[in-house]
Amino acid sequence: MVQNKTKSMNQELTTYEPIIGIEIHVELATASKMFCGCPADQFGKEPNTQLCPICLGLPGALPVPNKKAVEWTILLGLALGCTVNEESKFDRKHYFYPDLPKGYQISQYDQPLAINGSLELKTQNSKLKTIRIHRVHLEEDTGKLMHATVDGQRVSLVDFNRSGVPLVEIVTEPDFRSVEEVDVFAKKLQQIVRYLGISGADMEKGSMRIEPSVSIRKSQIPNPKSQTISKSKIPNKNKLPAYRVEIKNINSFKFARNAITYEIERQTELLERGEMPTQQTRGFMESKGVTIAQREKEEAHDYRYFPEPDIPPMRFAQSQISNFKSQIGELPDTKRTRFMQEYGLSEYDAGLLVESRKRSDYFEEAVKATLDTGNQAIKLYQISPKAIANWIINKKVDVACVTPAQLLDQIVQATATTSVSDEDLEKIINQVLAENPKAVEDYKNGREQALLYLLGNVRKKLSGTMDMSIVRNGLLARLR
Amino acid sequence: MDLSDLTIKEAREKLHKKEFSAAELVQASLERITAIDPQIHAFLTVAQKEATKAAQDADQLIAQGVNKPLLGIPVAAKDLYSTQNIRTTAGAKIIEHYIPPYDATAVCRLKEAGAIVIGKTNEDAWGHGSSGENSDYGPTKNPYDLTRVPGGSSSGSAAAVATGMCLAATGTDTGSSIRLPAAFCNLVGIKPTYGRVPRYGIIAMASSFDTIGHLTKTVYDNALVCEITSGKDPYDGTSADVPVPKYTSWLGRPIRGMKIGLPKEYFDANGMDGNIRRVIETATEVLKNLGAEIVDVSLPHTKYAMACYYVLVPSEISSNLARFDGIRYGYTRETFGQEAKRRIMIGTYALSAGYYDAYYLKAAKVRTLIKKDFDDAFSNVDVLIVPSFPSTPFAIGEKTTDPLSMYLSDIFMCPVNLAGVPAINMPAGFVDGLPVGMQIIGSQFAEEKLYKIAYAYEHETEWYKIKPNL
Repeated sequence: MVQNKTKSMNQELTTYEPIIGIEIHVELATASKMFCGCPADQFGKEPNTQLCPICLGLPGALPVPNKKAVEWTILLGLALGCTVNEESKFDRKHYFYPDLPKGYQISQYDQPLAINGSLELKTQNSKLKTIRIHRVHLEEDTGKLMHATVDGQRVSLVDFNRSGVPLVEIVTEPDFRSVEEVDVFAKKLQQIVRYLGISGADMEKGSMRIEPSVSIRKSQIPNPKSQTISKSKIPNKNKLPAYRVEIKNINSFKFARNAITYEIERQTELLERGEMPTQQTRGFMESKGVTIAQREKEEAHDYRYFPEPDIPPMRFAQSQISNFKSQIGELPDTKRTRFMQEYGLSEYDAGLLVESRKRSDYFEEAVKATLDTGNQAIKLYQISPKAIANWIINKKVDVACVTPAQLLDQIVQATATTSVSDEDLEKIINQVLAENPKAVEDYKNGREQALLYLLGNVRKKLSGTMDMSIVRNGLLARLR
Repeated sequence: MDLSDLTIKEAREKLHKKEFSAAELVQASLERITAIDPQIHAFLTVAQKEATKAAQDADQLIAQGVNKPLLGIPVAAKDLYSTQNIRTTAGAKIIEHYIPPYDATAVCRLKEAGAIVIGKTNEDAWGHGSSGENSDYGPTKNPYDLTRVPGGSSSGSAAAVATGMCLAATGTDTGSSIRLPAAFCNLVGIKPTYGRVPRYGIIAMASSFDTIGHLTKTVYDNALVCEITSGKDPYDGTSADVPVPKYTSWLGRPIRGMKIGLPKEYFDANGMDGNIRRVIETATEVLKNLGAEIVDVSLPHTKYAMACYYVLVPSEISSNLARFDGIRYGYTRETFGQEAKRRIMIGTYALSAGYYDAYYLKAAKVRTLIKKDFDDAFSNVDVLIVPSFPSTPFAIGEKTTDPLSMYLSDIFMCPVNLAGVPAINMPAGFVDGLPVGMQIIGSQFAEEKLYKIAYAYEHETEWYKIKPNL
């Protein structure tokens, strides 16, 4: 067959691939704010009740960094596999907004606390994927605008309670290629933050916020059958699109998925029409499920970053950084693998147990209790880690209300609940006694251990679960 | 009672001997303000009620035998100092009605030492200026010649102490703002090491330059106040955790064998008045006669200092003034004065994307070189002596039309702020009836050396005894 080369040259496949990177903000759950002594827990508090000259940015007030917030940011950086910068500093980021009382936000520009990390994901089709972390830095949160009607007048009010709350920003590389990957990453990050105990990372309360940047890479893939394509004509697969669209105002995982999905469709449509999407900032309107343009590239801020002169630069010795590393503790991935190896759990079950640190700790406490207990029943039934895991998962045990000891009792009782009729039990006992005359003889000669042997044989023959004390009594009655 | 004839040291003795009460002293201070401030315009706010009450409290403590270093002493605070419940304008209209809910750390420390804040002094708005003429509330006059400037930006503080309206006044020094008015008003003015006195509560001009100091008639008074205001503050991350010596204990010690450097770049400067040069030469002769060794030194990067200063300082100013954005405080940004607007424009430009490397970053590097100049010099000498200003105080209005020539007023002083080292202005004599100042510059945290030499010089010359004729 002769191939029409000219035609095959033109047969190119057009693919549209989403390129997504995200910025995640996490409010730290420190006792006090980033640069002053006011309480950092501001959710649901009466407006403007947690203020001082510093977080109000009054003339003359100065920021002094919260040591705990710096340490926690480093912990998070290390948990995300980042390198901690030995020299770090704060910078001023200038912009005008009524909720920003100093006219600048204290943030970090070119020397963030941690850089160059990565996080491994497993998506639904079980494919492993590594997302690179560009940086992890620390800054202060802003106040909040409220729009209200006061004395019949529509006014904008500012609540400064949130002003100065420590905020960690995690920036990824544009490594996501699907909505699902973003979703898995965000949830995994939330889990790590919670494991470290540095924030509730609650999207609804705004203590965790996601800002995706979405663009679409349009590629013309040459027809693979064509032989004459020179290497230089193969498009660079790693080249990023010349624009990106940043999406703001997202306060749930669901909205993040919806916003990105919408944006991928919108941009793909533009590209299919032969138009180029513009670099812009868009806001997500949750009521309509769409994004709307807020700011074009030309209107982008010039933040005029410069080193914050009120805060001396920070230096961390390697010994300090090692010390931080030792404080991280076991993270979900490691714990899951250990649970599988140590307790013989399936990946799925282990995954469910390590969802929260509390749940996994609870599981291990219960396992430990089966070994340490003086309770004969628990020993007798030899409750396995797997049984405990199943119980916690299937019964959706509230780990806050039931102690591990109570849990074991529940399992024993349920196991002990008879499911064998009296006649059946009698039959089995008779059968066992008939099959083991030696043991019967031994028992009658005073060897107590023979009873246990007979009990074990009865249990083996029981198809259902049964309170072993009933079996024991039954056996004893027949042996008398 | 005339406060003009009193130093803090003398006033303390007389309070102690019950020659007068704190109430009488404060009353005299208030009366003096009423009598002469209409001519001078040193005060923006007089805290009559608060000061009178504080004086009564002080008298009670004195009666109980309580001894505090400044108990009952009336002092004035530059209007950049936040004072709880007392209006604080920074000399600027845009915060004309601002009443701070807190005291600056330096104010707290003065009050704890027993000092009574008599009022808030006039200044170039935000500290932007060398003459006091940039006040949004009108200029302060030089008490030695009412047609001339008192020096700025701590203009009201200098005029108030020089005329006996109070016994000491606080200032801030970002480029010259304590030392220059001290020089123009025949006072001792200390610009301590950067970070020596906490900045908390003092309205920021340029944060990495702002130094908190004060003006007094004598070296003893100055050292006394400095040992009260100095020291680490948990509210200021840039305040130094360096022990504070008892500066007054260094006074009266011999200066024999101390090495004093004269940087040639300062004495050869353009526009250097021959009379001023002679005053400084005479002063160094005095120190030589006391046994000090005088040597020539060089600060080679001096010529870049002003350019460097006027990139970095406006950059920080543009940032620090961003909070006066028209949302709070009652006035919109149009209310900023000309000089503030000029500096905001320069600083915003220097920090903008694409210009940052060429301006801010480069200037920051030059700053390091200038700092090194001083480090090198202090490896050979104990202190440096330079003139405070190339001529006598200039006339009101003389430089207002030419901002650049006004900026160059600080040519002998700004390098000290770039380096962050301490310097003191000493009254060094008079030319045509006008005061001439001499700067003694030391290495980081060597304030005690400055005080030691300054005291030895004052003991020989006593220029402070020459009062203005009002």
